Amino acid sequence: MTLKEFWHRLGSPKWFYQMSGRWQSILAALAVLLIVAGMIWGLAFAPPDYQQGNSFRIIYVHVPAAILAQSVYLALGAAGVLLLVWRMKMAQLVLENLVGFGAWMTALALFTGAVWGKPTWGTWWVFDGRTTSTLLLLFLYFGLYALRRAIPAREAAGRACALLAVVGVINIPVIKYSVEWWTTLHQGATFKLTEAPAMPASMWAPLLVNVLGAYCLFAANVVAKLRTAILRQERGAAWVREWALRESTR
Amino acid sequence: MFAVQFRRDWLSLMRAKDEAINPLVFLFLAATLFAIAFGGEPQRLTGLAPAIIWVLVLLANLLSLEALFRRDFEDGTLEQLVLLAEPPFAAVLGKVAVQWCLSGVAMTVLAPMVALLLNLPVGVLPALMLGLLLGTPALSLIGAVGAALTVGLRGGGVLLALLLLPLYLPVLVFGVSATLDTMAGVGAAAQFYWLAAISAMALTLAPFATTAALRISVEQS
Repeated sequence: MTLKEFWHRLGSPKWFYQMSGRWQSILAALAVLLIVAGMIWGLAFAPPDYQQGNSFRIIYVHVPAAILAQSVYLALGAAGVLLLVWRMKMAQLVLENLVGFGAWMTALALFTGAVWGKPTWGTWWVFDGRTTSTLLLLFLYFGLYALRRAIPAREAAGRACALLAVVGVINIPVIKYSVEWWTTLHQGATFKLTEAPAMPASMWAPLLVNVLGAYCLFAANVVAKLRTAILRQERGAAWVREWALRESTR
Repeated sequence: MFAVQFRRDWLSLMRAKDEAINPLVFLFLAATLFAIAFGGEPQRLTGLAPAIIWVLVLLANLLSLEALFRRDFEDGTLEQLVLLAEPPFAAVLGKVAVQWCLSGVAMTVLAPMVALLLNLPVGVLPALMLGLLLGTPALSLIGAVGAALTVGLRGGGVLLALLLLPLYLPVLVFGVSATLDTMAGVGAAAQFYWLAAISAMALTLAPFATTAALRISVEQS
């Protein structure tokens, strides 16, 4: 199957449903495996930090959550472009089903950050560059959710959210740089594409495993939600009825 | 198209002035509330005044944006605008320009009086006004996207605030910090460049998004 063919098929909910059953189990298994391994490795075997002691271990939850919080918003923006330009049916489902996951990840990142900040910085909350932009990300998620709830027509709601997500993605860098205008208390990103991490490998390796696990969890979650949404959306279609009959008589 | 739309919106607003004036009254009223709430200590207000003024400008701008497309939406003008063969880019820009004149420009002109209420030193006024003049176009342009998305909806006002305030943050940050730096005697050129850059970016991108948003809102009604 060529890439172009795959692309066209991805737009078809029926094809996605039939193919994604296997993907879902693989992704879910990978997620469980990676997260369990990463957590045990990070919480029990990684060396304690020379300054922060054991409290640094919360990064094994905090960093994956924060990375996903941003990735999900980017994914929403990408789905928004697909929906606005090509009116791809699947993109609408993605937009409808990713907002909750992204908002929870953002909230988790903020919560774990606060728990870690109390013993380390001596305060639950500081308005520095990175915490503020994460908080604003949460508000952007709320905005998407509220807009979708406010528009009664489903298709129009999808396209309005798509536009808002695209506008949001364009704005995120500006928001990020503007809040970093203030001197920032938060340390830089742990993983950068351009240089090796500052912490030793025994600390960042479990973190990497956890981040990959979180991405798998995210992907498995998306696939599961999309499958449910497809069944609901296509409930009148012949293939869904056949599927339901087959399932119920089995 | 731009000139026609500008003239039409300008005239219709001049004939129903309260719609344009009410947000400005709100600006004064809220500033007065702050001054009263801080009681007999006006010197404490001085350091906070730039932040208070900028936040109130953001909120007053939201209030005037809510009506930007509403009447045209209700009487069907918006539908005709979207149906034109030519994309309504220039018309959208015309409408936003009128809104900016009556909110951004008007608030810039009135800012010295609000600043006096809040005990801001007179020497800082040029920086405050320049910041407002450079920053408010971005507010109106980005705001137009939100106004277009929420035009037909019930409870649009709160929704508009929820959608737009996070996007307004960069303007707020640079606007306040420009005024504060001037107050501290440090140059604030960088912040003014940033405000101008954000407005320029909004000018090039926001009308497209507004046009798309208007299509979505008109199609669903």
